[in-house]
Amino acid sequence: MTTTFYDFLSESIARRALLACALFGFANGFMSAFVVLRKSALKMGTLSHGLLPGIALAVLLLGLSSWSALAGAIFAAMFIGLGSIFMSRTSRLDEDTTLAILYTTAFAGGLILLQHVATRQKLDEWLFGSIAGMSDTDLWIAFGTSVIAVLTLTALQRPLLIYLFEPNVAASLGVPVRLLNYTLFGIMILMLVSSLQAVGCILSVGLMVTPGATVYLWSDNPRMIFLGGGIIGCLGAVSAFFLSYPLGWGIGSTIVLVLGALFLIAYIFSPRYGILAHWNRK
Amino acid sequence: MSTAAPNHHHDHNHNHTHDHVCWGGGDAHSHQHRLDVENLSVSYREVLALENVTFHSECGRSIALIGPNGAGKSTLLKALAGLVPIGKGLVRWKGQRMEKSSHEIAYLPQRGDVDWQFPITVRGLVEMGRYPNLGLWKRYSQHDEEIVERALRAMELIDLQKRQISALSGGQQQRTFIARALAQEAHVLLLDEPFTGLDKPSQDTLHRLFRDLTREGRLLIASHHDLQTVPDIFDDVLLLKREQVAFGPVKEVFTPETIARAY
Repeated sequence: MTTTFYDFLSESIARRALLACALFGFANGFMSAFVVLRKSALKMGTLSHGLLPGIALAVLLLGLSSWSALAGAIFAAMFIGLGSIFMSRTSRLDEDTTLAILYTTAFAGGLILLQHVATRQKLDEWLFGSIAGMSDTDLWIAFGTSVIAVLTLTALQRPLLIYLFEPNVAASLGVPVRLLNYTLFGIMILMLVSSLQAVGCILSVGLMVTPGATVYLWSDNPRMIFLGGGIIGCLGAVSAFFLSYPLGWGIGSTIVLVLGALFLIAYIFSPRYGILAHWNRK
Repeated sequence: MSTAAPNHHHDHNHNHTHDHVCWGGGDAHSHQHRLDVENLSVSYREVLALENVTFHSECGRSIALIGPNGAGKSTLLKALAGLVPIGKGLVRWKGQRMEKSSHEIAYLPQRGDVDWQFPITVRGLVEMGRYPNLGLWKRYSQHDEEIVERALRAMELIDLQKRQISALSGGQQQRTFIARALAQEAHVLLLDEPFTGLDKPSQDTLHRLFRDLTREGRLLIASHHDLQTVPDIFDDVLLLKREQVAFGPVKEVFTPETIARAY
């Protein structure tokens, strides 16, 4: 068993997958702190589902490649994000409602499209990820997007923190709030698209929310929360990689499950904000 | 613990090398530091929220914004802070037309609009006030440190500086906000309902600090609910009801007749 696992590790596919786990785990975890502080976890969920039809359409029109998938996903995110805002402004419905309608409709359309262009197996890959199927190009794209995301978020940390705390205060201090918001949104989409391949569009939300929420229950220091989110995401994804092989579980689901377990530990045992500490204080 | 910031009334050589610093100076510079609001109107999505607001004031005074809910008090504060676009009219600060937000004008939102669970300490929040000076890249210097220290001291927050903002009382939250505005080196403080929800001792403390701030040469503009305390706390009053009902010194303008016109 161990020898076969070493054999497996010596394969380039496995090493690529391991590297991708570490990368995606860190970058998504780092970003998840921003998602949690922005309180936009639900929005990320809707967006991640909304990417599917864009990708399906792009694959149908342009053929399957990382670039066409990326373009399709960005298009879909823009369409759904901006469309929901437009529809809520021009009707009596609020933004959450229009967003929910748009993304589920688009998701349904995407499912049907993918059933026509792809085999059953391919469809599962989009929904649940296929980290083992990553090519060198995929890995490079993942590396590029991760570096861009982490560097941008680090460089913008000072104004971002003020913006996340209170947008009006930020604007009155001269923080370019609108630009910052679009940048943050853009990075979220970029990360979503690139992690789609690893964990699929349904599970990607877990990768993008759970690590940040976990550290948020441990620490009050924003810088620690960002870095800690990255570390938890990375450790969670890498340990899930090693767990998934002997257990025979899918990597994507294992990653999200491990992250969920880590969150549960924090939720129960965190000395300051855990449920046990909370009960003890009562 | 020291009480308020040092009083600079005696300091006639008030040095303007940092001409953005408004610590002290008394009335010496208040004439240049005028706020002129002329025929201001603000619309939200084509619905007129506020119109015909015209008043003039200067550093060293405090103005109460009074009016029923939806009278446009918050809107006026946001417009002065440059947070909502001005429809008609104009705002001049120190004789210059205000085009965008300025670090000299600080906006302090209603406490209820803020997420007090946000992971930051009192000091961290006050340090945010240094952003206009620091921008993205500049290093947080000794000078910044001193200003933050001074702001904390002025608002009697030195002992609380390491505390999470979630663990503050209402009065302490409000003082933290003001300290942030001081760290920003603001001349004009726009406060949305600073006294609302505070217990009596906290209100008294805030009242005392308000007096210190205006004496130091700042202009305070605050929306206010409690009509009874207006004459105590404020110099001037601006009554609003979607448009300006009256403006002037509290003693002259704040009469039962004008109040009745606003409510």
